[in-house]
Amino acid sequence: MSLVLNVLSVLAVCAGGFFFLAGTVGLLRFPDPLCRLHALTKADNLGLGLVVLGLLFQAANPLAALKLVAVWLLALLAGATVAQLIAHLARPSGPRA
Amino acid sequence: MADFLFAAAGFVLAMVALGLIRVLRGPSDADRIMAAQLLGTGGIAALLLLAEATGAAAAVNVALTLALLAAFVSVAFVTAASRSEVDGE
Amino acid sequence: MAFDIGLTFLVLGVAAWTIAARETFAAVVGFVAYGLLLALIWVRLAAPDVALTEAALGSGLTGGLLIGAGSRLRVSQSPPAEETPGVALKTAAAVLCILISAGLAAIVPLLPDPAPTLAPQVAANIAATGLGNPVTAVLMAYRAIDTLLEIVVLLLALVGVWSLMPDSDWGLPLGSRVADDPDSVLTFIAQLLIPVGILVGIHIFWVGSIAPGGEFQGATILAAMWILASMAGLVDAPAVTRRWLRLVLVIGPAVFLAIGLAGFALTGAFLAYPESHAKLLILIIEIPLTLAIAATLALLVAGPPKRAQR
Repeated sequence: MSLVLNVLSVLAVCAGGFFFLAGTVGLLRFPDPLCRLHALTKADNLGLGLVVLGLLFQAANPLAALKLVAVWLLALLAGATVAQLIAHLARPSGPRA
Repeated sequence: MADFLFAAAGFVLAMVALGLIRVLRGPSDADRIMAAQLLGTGGIAALLLLAEATGAAAAVNVALTLALLAAFVSVAFVTAASRSEVDGE
Repeated sequence: MAFDIGLTFLVLGVAAWTIAARETFAAVVGFVAYGLLLALIWVRLAAPDVALTEAALGSGLTGGLLIGAGSRLRVSQSPPAEETPGVALKTAAAVLCILISAGLAAIVPLLPDPAPTLAPQVAANIAATGLGNPVTAVLMAYRAIDTLLEIVVLLLALVGVWSLMPDSDWGLPLGSRVADDPDSVLTFIAQLLIPVGILVGIHIFWVGSIAPGGEFQGATILAAMWILASMAGLVDAPAVTRRWLRLVLVIGPAVFLAIGLAGFALTGAFLAYPESHAKLLILIIEIPLTLAIAATLALLVAGPPKRAQR
């Protein structure tokens, strides 16, 4: 049982790492602040979610697992809303007509 | 398992380092504010992985604090940057 | 090991970039990044209480303070050429920093190993305090006088900031007013994050008696949430003259001092708690203290009232 959990953790954390890598590549290569913001917010938060999923399989008790999920939800909430703020700063006129 | 999680934390940190090089250089204020968010997300991932890898359960509390304060700092930066644009300096 | 070395180089790189940055805004962003990475280092050094304080206070709240100061400075004219530091001053500052760093680097490896420490005595006597976290035991029981002096210093700093206000501003609400638009993203963020933040702040304060945490870290999170509400236009900053504001600020150190003086009557020494009631007394001190620290920090970052137009 614990071997299955370990394998699932490794898979999830690796997937999370892949998305972090994708987000960083996007940060480095995209030409525009808005595109970079997109890469940062979507890819990195998805990577964080997958990492948390992997760690859930290793959690010692349900309360610890709940705390991990709470951290992820908070990071997601903060990231999504702050991204809106930064996007408005980068292009105040709104979407191009 | 612990070694793997530790290595994963190192990998996330390397990604954060690469990203920092880019966003700190970025010409506009919006780019620089992204540094706070990058560190928030990446730092939380690294801390959670470290918490499990080294058994430092308190690191989850640090991750919680990091999430909140990274958001707060980003809002403060955006407010200051948009205010300076309004003042037309 | 490689992780720690990589983290160290990353921190040094960010620090160098922060010093070299031309604009105040960029430098403050670098400083906040540096602080958040330092919190990671503290976790690696097995000091989660310090990591919490660094993340919350050292980089988060100080970042807010610096950017507020920076944006006030932007509005004023750029300083005349004679006031920017010359090459001689910069070289002197660099030499001083290098000497200090070299001195530390030379001394630290020479420290006795194992380092002299009072940790065994702390652990042996901690049952008498009723606490489970040795850091909180040191802060609130063994060296409570240092904590009392810290909060007094914070209050003095706040009085110092207020004393910079011109007399005509004394009745104005503190901090700057942000245009409040109830449909904006900022208001949405504030309405969602602040309740969560208050909960987390209270949790970290409460858990400080048995796990890393405590009143300074919890109070900093509460202060950050209040500043967020103020930036979103959800609350009005009070004026300095409001009586309830002064009461909240003073009640923390006042209770602390009162219990300390009561220690003379009960046990014969300042700030000595009678053993059976130690935990209760510490709790009675901590709750108003947390509120006072939160209020002081929030007001420090809010700063003096900002004139609408010059």
